Amino acid sequence: MKLFLGIYTLILIVGIHLVFQEKTLEQSISDGKEIYQDFCVQCHLPKGQGVSGVFPPLNQSDYLMDDIDRSIAAVKYGLKGPIRVNGENYNGVMVGQGLYEDEVADVMNYILHSWDNKSTEFITEKRVTAISEN
Amino acid sequence: MKPLQILPFFVICSIQLSCAQDNPPFIETPTETAYTYEVVIDSIDIPWGMDFISEKELLVTEKSGTLYRVAAGKKTAIEGLPEVYVRGQGGLMDVALHPDFKTNNTIYFTAGRSIDSEERGGNTSLYSAVLNANKLSNVQLLYRAFPNSRKGQHWGSRIVFDDEGHLFFSIGDRGNRDVNPQDLSRDGGKIYRLNLDGSIPDDNPFVAEDDAKKAIFSYGHRNPQAMIVHPETGEVWEAEHGPQGGDEINIAEKGKNYGWPVITYGINYSGTAITDKTAMEGMEQPLYYWIPSIAPSGMAFSSSGIYKEWKGDLFVGSLKFEYLERLVLENNKVVRREKVLDKIGRVRNVEEGPDGFLYVGVEGKGILKIIPAK
Repeated sequence: MKLFLGIYTLILIVGIHLVFQEKTLEQSISDGKEIYQDFCVQCHLPKGQGVSGVFPPLNQSDYLMDDIDRSIAAVKYGLKGPIRVNGENYNGVMVGQGLYEDEVADVMNYILHSWDNKSTEFITEKRVTAISEN
Repeated sequence: MKPLQILPFFVICSIQLSCAQDNPPFIETPTETAYTYEVVIDSIDIPWGMDFISEKELLVTEKSGTLYRVAAGKKTAIEGLPEVYVRGQGGLMDVALHPDFKTNNTIYFTAGRSIDSEERGGNTSLYSAVLNANKLSNVQLLYRAFPNSRKGQHWGSRIVFDDEGHLFFSIGDRGNRDVNPQDLSRDGGKIYRLNLDGSIPDDNPFVAEDDAKKAIFSYGHRNPQAMIVHPETGEVWEAEHGPQGGDEINIAEKGKNYGWPVITYGINYSGTAITDKTAMEGMEQPLYYWIPSIAPSGMAFSSSGIYKEWKGDLFVGSLKFEYLERLVLENNKVVRREKVLDKIGRVRNVEEGPDGFLYVGVEGKGILKIIPAK
């Protein structure tokens, strides 16, 4: 009986730990890569290079890096209208892709830490939740 | 030989080199156009589907989940839609009036839905509903594709009718190409045929097969986002997105296999091969395939004669190259391709209205009506 209770408690602790554990940055980047391949790559292309004048780059993009919360909002809600990226004008429509908030965090982490991009940011689901449309 | 005489050879050689991979006939860009357009309704981000209540009134879906009633340049949102699951390429897709709409006010629509989903995910569903003024009632789920998937790709979906009391609609492979399109027991990568009340026709091709989804009409499709019943022959024509290269036009026939992903003229986006086969026994060849891919969405025949030169021609929207493509056919062979409304924006849909004009859904714009020049 004691043994049973011991094992039960152990499973409970491990279970709770798994459920409430924050993802590591590595895990989030890796999950984010899958999201990127599924939802982003068709326009922004495999190395985030985009298409000049049509789909803005995500690699080495001043617009992306200058205001991370604005970038999170763009992934979460979509983005349309004129923007200027690396000295070039864009005026398109990116509709919201319907990502869950943890997926928005993951794909942001992937983008911020991939290709030539370097960042000290680690976007959490909590931060995505806190961001509103405007 | 004088240098100037060599010049044409260089020109021809360079054209051939640059087009070496392209599938003829090559697209033409006319220098003079015999038409203009006017805006029927603006400010719709993705006008996915449309159908006409009358010459002056139409229904338009916005992919993000709103159904509009459009008249006199104004749009009014219709109430009563089920909650749309918007994910990747999925959302509120096509809308079509029941052939007897005038007497029963019934419409059909396809939408991404996340039904009974303990886990996240969704799939394409077909609904009917009764439309009164700006409200839907008696909303009925007629078909629901299983299982739910978190993938963002390939939901289809268009709705068309034949003259024999059938409704056809399409569902793409849902990003699961190696599992869905060739398996009759699974949804996805199929064109379906139902009776107008949603029941399964007794003479559907796979009704006698135990494990098969009985609604399947044809299979081996990738992502059909364009469908039209030929105004003269009554055949079901569809166009589907290929991978990189290999978008197809097919005439969907009962029980036939269109080959995806076993045979294709396309390759992976990464440049690697999907298969080295473009043909196989028991699998249909496309009526036409596009290399490079134009990303076809929406198709219509111009049958009215309003556009003198275009009567009988097929029109297909190009999302990728942002024009409407005119295809001239001779004996079901594409003999000429031409850009219409070049650089207009991502063309999502095209329909011939009851007034005989062509109506074009353009992303970020709305619905445009093509007017022949006087």
